[in-house]
Amino acid sequence: MDIDKKLVKKIATLSKINIEDNDVERLSKELSKIINWVEKLNEVNTKDITPITNPSDIKIPYRKDEINDGKIEDKILKNAPEKKGGYFIVPKVVE
Amino acid sequence: MTDLKNINLEECLELLKEKKISSKELVTFYLKEAESNKELNAYISLNSKNAIKSAEESDKRIAKNTIRPLEGVPLAIKDLFCTRDVLTTAASKMLNNFKPTYESTVTQKLWDSGAILLGKTNLDEFAMGSSNETSFYGASINPYSKDKKKYVPGGSSGGSASAVSGNIAIAATGTDTGGSIRQPASYCGIVGLKPTYGRCSRWGIVSFASSLDQAGPMTKTVNDAALMIDIMAGYDEKDSTSADLEKTNFYKNLENRKKLKIGIPKQYRNDQLSKEIVKFWELGIEFFKKNNCEIVEIDLPHTEYALATYYIISSAEASSNLARYDGVRYGLRNNSEDINDLYEKTRSCGFGDEVKRRIMIGTYVLSAGYYDAYYLKAQKVRSKIINDFDQAFEKVDAIFTPTAPSDAFEKGSKIDDPIQMYLNDVFTVPVSLAGLPAISVPIGLSNKKLPLGFQIIGKRFDEDTVLSAAKIIEENANFKKEIK
Amino acid sequence: MQNLKDWETIIGLEVHAQIVSKSKLFSGASTDFGSVPNTQVSLVDAAMPGMLPVINKYCVEQAIKTGLGLNAQINKRSIFDRKNYFYPDLPQGYQISQFTQPIVGKGSIEIDLKDGSSKKIGITRLHLEQDAGKSIHDLEPNKSYIDLNRSGVALMEIVSEPDIRSAEEAQEYVKKLRSILKYIGTCDGNMEEGSLRCDVNISVKKKKFQSRSLLGENILGELGTRCEIKNVNSIKSIGQAIDYEFKRQVEVISSGKEIDQETRLFDEKKSETRSMRSKEEAHDYRYFPDPDLPPLEITDNWINEIKRNLPELPDFKKEKLINQHKISSYEASILVSDKNNVDFFDKIINENKKRNPKNIVNWIIGDLFSLLNKNNLEIKNSPIKAEDLGELIDFIEDSTISGKIAKNVFEEMFETNKKAKEIIEKKGLKQITNTNEIKSIVENILTNNKDKVEEYKSGKEKLFGYFVGQVMQETKGAANPGLVNEILKKKLAN
Repeated sequence: MDIDKKLVKKIATLSKINIEDNDVERLSKELSKIINWVEKLNEVNTKDITPITNPSDIKIPYRKDEINDGKIEDKILKNAPEKKGGYFIVPKVVE
Repeated sequence: MTDLKNINLEECLELLKEKKISSKELVTFYLKEAESNKELNAYISLNSKNAIKSAEESDKRIAKNTIRPLEGVPLAIKDLFCTRDVLTTAASKMLNNFKPTYESTVTQKLWDSGAILLGKTNLDEFAMGSSNETSFYGASINPYSKDKKKYVPGGSSGGSASAVSGNIAIAATGTDTGGSIRQPASYCGIVGLKPTYGRCSRWGIVSFASSLDQAGPMTKTVNDAALMIDIMAGYDEKDSTSADLEKTNFYKNLENRKKLKIGIPKQYRNDQLSKEIVKFWELGIEFFKKNNCEIVEIDLPHTEYALATYYIISSAEASSNLARYDGVRYGLRNNSEDINDLYEKTRSCGFGDEVKRRIMIGTYVLSAGYYDAYYLKAQKVRSKIINDFDQAFEKVDAIFTPTAPSDAFEKGSKIDDPIQMYLNDVFTVPVSLAGLPAISVPIGLSNKKLPLGFQIIGKRFDEDTVLSAAKIIEENANFKKEIK
Repeated sequence: MQNLKDWETIIGLEVHAQIVSKSKLFSGASTDFGSVPNTQVSLVDAAMPGMLPVINKYCVEQAIKTGLGLNAQINKRSIFDRKNYFYPDLPQGYQISQFTQPIVGKGSIEIDLKDGSSKKIGITRLHLEQDAGKSIHDLEPNKSYIDLNRSGVALMEIVSEPDIRSAEEAQEYVKKLRSILKYIGTCDGNMEEGSLRCDVNISVKKKKFQSRSLLGENILGELGTRCEIKNVNSIKSIGQAIDYEFKRQVEVISSGKEIDQETRLFDEKKSETRSMRSKEEAHDYRYFPDPDLPPLEITDNWINEIKRNLPELPDFKKEKLINQHKISSYEASILVSDKNNVDFFDKIINENKKRNPKNIVNWIIGDLFSLLNKNNLEIKNSPIKAEDLGELIDFIEDSTISGKIAKNVFEEMFETNKKAKEIIEKKGLKQITNTNEIKSIVENILTNNKDKVEEYKSGKEKLFGYFVGQVMQETKGAANPGLVNEILKKKLAN
């Protein structure tokens, strides 16, 4: 499966990464190569196999419903590139 | 005067306990060594001021005899572990100015045991790479590089490997997702242990691929690795994938030697393997035989599919884990009047080429219409790979393989071909997919006089066997460093 | 203008209900509403590097409870998936949700309509997910302000089957759902504060019997293109949004155009829906199982334990009230609209089974509610406790006081927090039931009003009331009216 320039641009948009026009061709080739290489997985018979997300069989641990976090707004905002009045600031988002 | 340069962790602790050296001397010495070996580019930052202060505190405790297991020892920490108020960059421009307000669980355990932060080591950006060439702070160099030829230390924990191997750190931490501890350990001639998935907490470690990442020690000896992993391991209720097990005693258990059944996977022995790797493999097998171990041929039929499986899964997880780097709450921001433009500008500028490539592959394999063919398929093949190991471990206690298909390669020689780069991980990746423990231990020097390491893989949570088998190789190989 | 009678709407609702819990779904920060920005945010909620989720057991329990309240299937194994997209109030760049295997499967609820009929609305599923933070766009012209207090709060997304066919049905569905959730205590149902939010999915199609179509046969019987309407924040808005959208879609199709499958926003001020301004490509959320969280596994034991502790659900309780206590459907509905009402009633009837349920209901729905409303109080904060009302009712039933006097006592109880017994004794309001006492008073009145007695005997029957009134006045209303009547009749018959 080749990843054509249109698809490269679509993926870039979904990933929120800017691709310069002169890079699209290069990326298209690189990504196509990688995808073609991983396609060898089609050789494996995986009928009736349950997919695995995590290699361990750890049971999900639970937390008690208590308030033991938060009230650390100084830490939360400390590394903010732009903040004001206790809020994070971003350019106006239009809905 | 004690040779502080070639000292290992165990020796160090002994000297400190016996008050033959002070922590301050030790820390001062290593800071100086780090400063004078900048060409290795092993460190992104050094903890100069605070390390001395901590050393002084450790010396006070040593004087009072209230010492903790790692009291006074300086350690190098891969710059992927969040360290409170200390620059943590993940070797990326994206986190170029990031100082966490919190400490990772694993490093906190080390500090609680009395260890001291020496500095943060270099790595491939966001842990994605096998050569430490993708770092925003420049490549790290293999200390075995001589004259004009510069060899890579391996990756992604290249800086840690280079520091320990180059004697500008006594021991270090690394992280391993597809081989990032083991392969650089092999290239640099040191010991590197990736514990079982879930053995160490991932809380506070910059996440690359959640179902694969594991923290582990990178040390000069197997004993050192056991010492460190005893401290680093442990259940963390802040990590839902952390295993709730009894406290480990790996260091102590090294005293008990077991008679082991060692498996040799036939699929790993292909025609492409170099003669010298085969030679060392056979040498290692002899070492085991000499030590009362039985050698068994085993079958890991889905080996050839592991790399592709790994790249699909790790890229998919990475594409999602790195979505938080958006310029809103921390890290780099390239401003704009439009939020989407801000995202794109920030991420395009903040991430290097390899990271961008993997994010895009990851986005692609998860996207509508492709999910089943790639991601879901990879998860199923993963299941088969795990099954291969489960079946093999019914016959053997440990598996013995080369760590990497070759010795270290030259800087710049593979960076333009991503797939060539990925092939370095062919022996380490299957283990990561299965979440098993594995160690790389140096066995000898290649024809190019570069280190070669071999890998021992164990059953889930059986680091004891892995370390025990590694001791056999270590003692018999008697690997001596030959750095000019 | 199209004749809407030829068309029908197919509506499905997605309701997001904020779970009542102290802390968030995957972090220990508080869920309180309206706090200072970013003070209820943990490192996990802010998606700092290296942070990981750990699930709140109570939130899982609340979801199971809700599933049971919706007569739904509880899925013993469910998975958390990541829903990936970029938005400034979504710190992780993904929302932890459930896609392929939600915690709760199919269920249903019954709704009652104006025309007296009932309809069953199917529930497709319920899943757990994180809420996002809040973006405020109007504090500065070129900036948006982000507050992550709400980021990570536990939500239940409840999806209905597309069984709804009208604005009324949609409103009744949400009202019923809200009352069930409030009843079992898993969501406070407060739409103004955003604890219950609604997205409406609506399409239109021509009704089956229409064989003619201006646009061709393919309109008939087939499901139309759906639009999703967001930002519908009140029961009223649900009705308005559906009415507007129904008309709009019919107009579009009838004029030969196609409906764009899109997300639209409901504009409260104009009562209209409009296209969202940013024409983004359709979101590809790239759902995949969250590798930071093992699967959720729920045992039968746990489900049964929760079932045991679940209060009787409103519909069941309503039937019980009607059957056991013979109160009307209307009254029963009012009682079950709030569990606190039911608890109040139950306390009174259970304390003394001889009490007349109809009386109890009348006092609660009539007198108590009236005073509570006037004083802006809820029943759970009523100054008159259930036991106290019960005591008052007993005093009426054993004739200690008359019904009329009881009303005054009740008001005083409400104002002073004093109990009935104290007020009755202090004010000497005990009813006079001594026959001889009443006889002598009646005789007195009749003796002093001989002329009126004559008038009565010669036909002016109205004067009976006058005599009763006089007795009451004399006894300050304390005479037992029944006895007064009886005795007066006897005396006047002579």
